[in-house]
Amino acid sequence: MLGWIDTIVQGVLLGGLYALFAMGLSLIFGVMRLVNIAHGDLIVLGAYLALVVADTAGLSPVAALAVCVPAMFILGYVLQRGLLNFTLGKDILPPLLVTFGLSIVIQNTLLEAFSADPRSLKLGGFETGSFHLGADMAVGYFPLLVLAVAVGVTVLLELAFGRSSLGRAFRATSDDPEAVQLMGVDDRHVYALATGIALAIVAVAAIFYGIRTTFAPTDGPDRLLFAFEAVIIGGLGSFWGTLAGGIVLGVAQAIGFRIDPGWGVLTGHFAFLAVLLFKPSGLFPKTR
Amino acid sequence: MTNSAQRPRRLEQGNVPAPGDHAPGYNIERATRASRVGAVAAGAGALVLVSMPAWGDSSWMRWVVEFACLLTLAQMWNLLAGYGGVVSIGQQAFLGLGAYALFVLADDVGINPFLCVPLAGLFAAVVAVPTARIVFRLSGGYFAVGTWVVAEVYRLLIANASWLGGGSGKSLAAVREFSKVARESTTYWIALVVALGSVALVYLLLRSRHGLALTSIRDSERASESQGIDVARTKLWVYIVSAAGCGLAGALYFLNTVRISPDAAFNVGWTAYIIFIVVIGGIGTIEGPILGTLIFFVLRGVLADYGSVYLIVLGVVAVVVMVKFPRGLWGFVQERFDLRFFPVQRRVRFF
Repeated sequence: MLGWIDTIVQGVLLGGLYALFAMGLSLIFGVMRLVNIAHGDLIVLGAYLALVVADTAGLSPVAALAVCVPAMFILGYVLQRGLLNFTLGKDILPPLLVTFGLSIVIQNTLLEAFSADPRSLKLGGFETGSFHLGADMAVGYFPLLVLAVAVGVTVLLELAFGRSSLGRAFRATSDDPEAVQLMGVDDRHVYALATGIALAIVAVAAIFYGIRTTFAPTDGPDRLLFAFEAVIIGGLGSFWGTLAGGIVLGVAQAIGFRIDPGWGVLTGHFAFLAVLLFKPSGLFPKTR
Repeated sequence: MTNSAQRPRRLEQGNVPAPGDHAPGYNIERATRASRVGAVAAGAGALVLVSMPAWGDSSWMRWVVEFACLLTLAQMWNLLAGYGGVVSIGQQAFLGLGAYALFVLADDVGINPFLCVPLAGLFAAVVAVPTARIVFRLSGGYFAVGTWVVAEVYRLLIANASWLGGGSGKSLAAVREFSKVARESTTYWIALVVALGSVALVYLLLRSRHGLALTSIRDSERASESQGIDVARTKLWVYIVSAAGCGLAGALYFLNTVRISPDAAFNVGWTAYIIFIVVIGGIGTIEGPILGTLIFFVLRGVLADYGSVYLIVLGVVAVVVMVKFPRGLWGFVQERFDLRFFPVQRRVRFF
């Protein structure tokens, strides 16, 4: 019994990471109805960026955040302004195919630059430290930190969306990009800011991901699918929903891994399919 | 009828026929000069291809089989996305299921492996029905990623099934009882039938009223519905047809390689190739995927020694074409020269 509680606790903690993966995807879709197929590859790219920054500057990966977050923000802004903005419109095909192409380009560029060997980020002991809850259950400091950051990011995003003038611009542009232009808002700039912020969150998620497990150039697609499942399980339109979706996915995977290591990812997919079948609008839908 | 026919004539020629004049005639043209010439040329080409086992090298035949598989996949994806507006990035699900159906039916059930190819297509179509029930709960971009998740589910289920060889896959034992020549030429002829059949199927489907319904759904679901088109049903049908085609192509491909693994069969790289082929060639045209497959093989030959650089080039080219020339190469040809080998539109000509 205690073993199962432990599994669920570990699943919730893993879910924090998945929620962080999913926030950027949720934000971009919320503002411009764009599903970014390259999202997972951008997470892996962020991990490699942290690796390079940490190695060349001799920084700890967490200190590398100071470089990676602004760098990924700029990358997101430029990517949106320079490429993705041109794909937006009534037709769903161009954004899907362009981000799919981008995904292949990122993956294979990383493969050329870093080879297929798995890499990881080291945090000098903190990542393996834990405290005990009862006799058999250990909770790692690091996974707990990841979950706390995920909650923090959710709070910040909800506040920014609901209360700030930028959030108002996001919501308005999402509702009616033409009317917003008449009000003097540059929708291209708004979209670019949204993608910039999304990739800044990706930078944070990427570093945690790289500390938690190894990463390789071809790991992007799985990250995309986990992020996507978290968004759909949680229900479109609220960041709290995305956080909850990530946690549900994490728990489902942890339970699967406990039953059979080969089934971990699969049970996560099953949870997603079950939600689609029985509650297609997600567990906590809210139209933003 | 006469009235509606008079109006455009008046616009074109500027002379108004007096009432009581002979009613001006008009024809609805469904063929073009290119399509008539093209049909003759294609017939001649098909004859040359059919006889290839008699004079060709076996490496050429393998190449044609691979070409046929990719062309079929591209036609099926183009039917789904380019004509139907249903953008899937998970067609590798049906490719892999068809291929595994071949291996199971031939090796475990003991059916003639060549007969298993159409059965594999049928199997993929059957699985597509429940699959559609789930993925069609998503729409647009989320539908696309949803199809990918489903493909992953099938891959993981098979990778976890030890009787199917698990993650390391299995070899096709049933073909060993055939001689090399018999095996190669039969595979080759099946490939020809599948590839030409896929082109013919898309062409005939699009010339029928179902094709008209399909393209109108792509352009506006709401307007189509108001015209009495059953949108959900049409999308389901095109999804099933496309799944069957992908299952056939998958079975054929792995009949050619004689070895399968979940990672090879359910690889999203298939979709990457298909998208490249269709986007470069010209999405929403039948000629486009044919041209795209040719370009794909030429590029692959040229860049064969560069490993992943080849994929980077493919990705960049696809992105640039999608943004700058969204109608692809054949779209450009069509616009510039009005050249259509597979006319699916209706054209009114007055005389």
